[in-house]
Amino acid sequence: MSIRNIGIVYKKELTEALRDRRTLITTLVVPLLLFPLLSVGFGALVAAIIGKAQEEVPKIMIIGGEDSPSVVAGLKKLEKVNIVPLAPDWKDKIINKQVPVVIEIPTGFEKDLAAQKDVTVTIYDYSGDLKSEVARGKIEKFFDEYRDNVIKARLAAKNLPAALVKPFDVQQQNVAPPEKSGGALFFGGFIAYIVVFLCLNGGMHPASDLTAGEKERGTMETILSSPVSRAHLVLGKFLLVFTTALATAALSVISMAVSFAIANSFHAKPIQTGDSGMNFHIGFGAALSVFIMAVPLAVLFAAVLITIASFAKTNKEAQTYIMPLMFLVIIPAIAAMLPGVELTPKLALVPILNVSLLCKELVIGTYHWNYIAIIFSSTCAYAAVALFLAVKMFQRESVLFRS
Amino acid sequence: MIEARGLCKTFQDKKRGEVRAVDHVSFVCRSGQIYGLLGANGAGKTTTLRLLATILEPTDGTAVICGHDVVEEPGKVRSIVGFLSTATALYPRLTAQEMVEYFGRLNGLDNATIKKRVDDMFNRLDMNGFRDRRCDKLSTGMKQKTSIARTLVHDPPVMIFDEPTLGLDIMAARSIIAFIRECRDRGKTVIFSTHVMSEVEKLCDVIGIIQSGKLLAEGTLPELREKYSEHDLEEIFVKVVAPHYAQSEAV
Repeated sequence: MSIRNIGIVYKKELTEALRDRRTLITTLVVPLLLFPLLSVGFGALVAAIIGKAQEEVPKIMIIGGEDSPSVVAGLKKLEKVNIVPLAPDWKDKIINKQVPVVIEIPTGFEKDLAAQKDVTVTIYDYSGDLKSEVARGKIEKFFDEYRDNVIKARLAAKNLPAALVKPFDVQQQNVAPPEKSGGALFFGGFIAYIVVFLCLNGGMHPASDLTAGEKERGTMETILSSPVSRAHLVLGKFLLVFTTALATAALSVISMAVSFAIANSFHAKPIQTGDSGMNFHIGFGAALSVFIMAVPLAVLFAAVLITIASFAKTNKEAQTYIMPLMFLVIIPAIAAMLPGVELTPKLALVPILNVSLLCKELVIGTYHWNYIAIIFSSTCAYAAVALFLAVKMFQRESVLFRS
Repeated sequence: MIEARGLCKTFQDKKRGEVRAVDHVSFVCRSGQIYGLLGANGAGKTTTLRLLATILEPTDGTAVICGHDVVEEPGKVRSIVGFLSTATALYPRLTAQEMVEYFGRLNGLDNATIKKRVDDMFNRLDMNGFRDRRCDKLSTGMKQKTSIARTLVHDPPVMIFDEPTLGLDIMAARSIIAFIRECRDRGKTVIFSTHVMSEVEKLCDVIGIIQSGKLLAEGTLPELREKYSEHDLEEIFVKVVAPHYAQSEAV
């Protein structure tokens, strides 16, 4: 094994990669700019849209209510609600999103309430529309409070305590640390997905360029006529693909950590808070752990990518072969984000899914050392097999000179 | 010296089954000689030369180059061979100098030797004007010179040229022809494949005519003229190849 020859090939491939616009875009631009913009920017955009919908004063129409002046007066007194006259085409106005909700107060509502009869108020809305749901929430809150007041008045009239209708409370108390609960679990899964996806993405173009691209440009025959052995040649190429895959994964973790830190510092209420009201952040220890787990994953991806791309005669053909691999990788990475999918001894042996699930735990600061050992060693084993296949593949004339 | 001993190469083809691209080819090419391998497209020239350059491995038979067996010591053979063809392209994102230096390193040369040889070749081939220019920005002639420098950087005693003038304009082709002649004059063993008769007449000391993977005739130009009672090389070639060509076309 000549380390010198592998080093020469690697250095040359690195020089070419650093001059290749496509490699630079996938390795540097995508993780450093695109994904932070997409993830943090998208989160901020969603927060802004929800905030805007909550701040907006909805126009609300009332059907009936002429004989229930106190309810109508109460509705009119509501802050951030604008009661407008009823239009005959009120249904169309809801469908066309000109009016978010219309309230129907039945005839004799207050009189029937006083007589303790069953009465129903109907709220017409546009299900699934954010503005309509926000407006409906405000109206429901008003009627809940109105109902409570009616109950209190009825109880008071009969000298009964308020606890009669609510003998006990049920309270939920989260004991998990805020950084490990609520939205943090989703956040961990999301970071794992980004790392896995970008790790593969970072190696895709260099792998096809260094194998199929060489055949397409006619440089494969040039390099095969040199004294370097095919094993050294493929190992040099593999190292470059591994470098770009790992660099992309590492840069994605760093850029996400920095992006969330910056985003959190600008928001009084942290973005994507969910119910836990916590700041999302990736600590140095978590980032380092994710990076270490990404190493065997990058070896696996680089070797598999080289093996697949070696078959192709052109870059375009290589991309076609690699595309199904992308789905094979993305599906387990997405599965790891799903609530309830947790590490088990069996799942710890499933490639990609195991690293995704582990990264999800590592990001939130949970270290299951037994799983870490199983996943690291199993991924190393898969990576070694893939690398062996890549070397074997590169030594086959039928692959290198496929016509 | 190159000595091919019963070289054979078969490929598996989905439609045609087993294809015998090179069929028991034997010949000897001595130092200071140019051996011309003449054949039509698909005759087996490229496969034969790829076997000699150890880019492909023979199915049967072998070749010995300067005492090294292509099957037993392929790495050693590649270190004493310079291989040039129109298919041996340059790395587009390396400069001309980086390209030549890269092959110098792969051939085990140290930095001082590489620098000396690169300076020497760049002066000799008048390449200093574009030594720092990327290969994808070079003209065809500049690329040819860079390829020549890449092939010669380790000063190999054996040169293999596979249709080196294919697709080149007259000026670029002339410079390649001149370079091949220079290699012979410097005592190197040169083997050269082509289907251009005029190049063979101009250059080759020994001519081998190949068709359907078989070496059908071999000799100096005067020997072939005498044997086939024809003066024109093209007529000799047709006389040798025609019966086999019809057979291979039928297959």
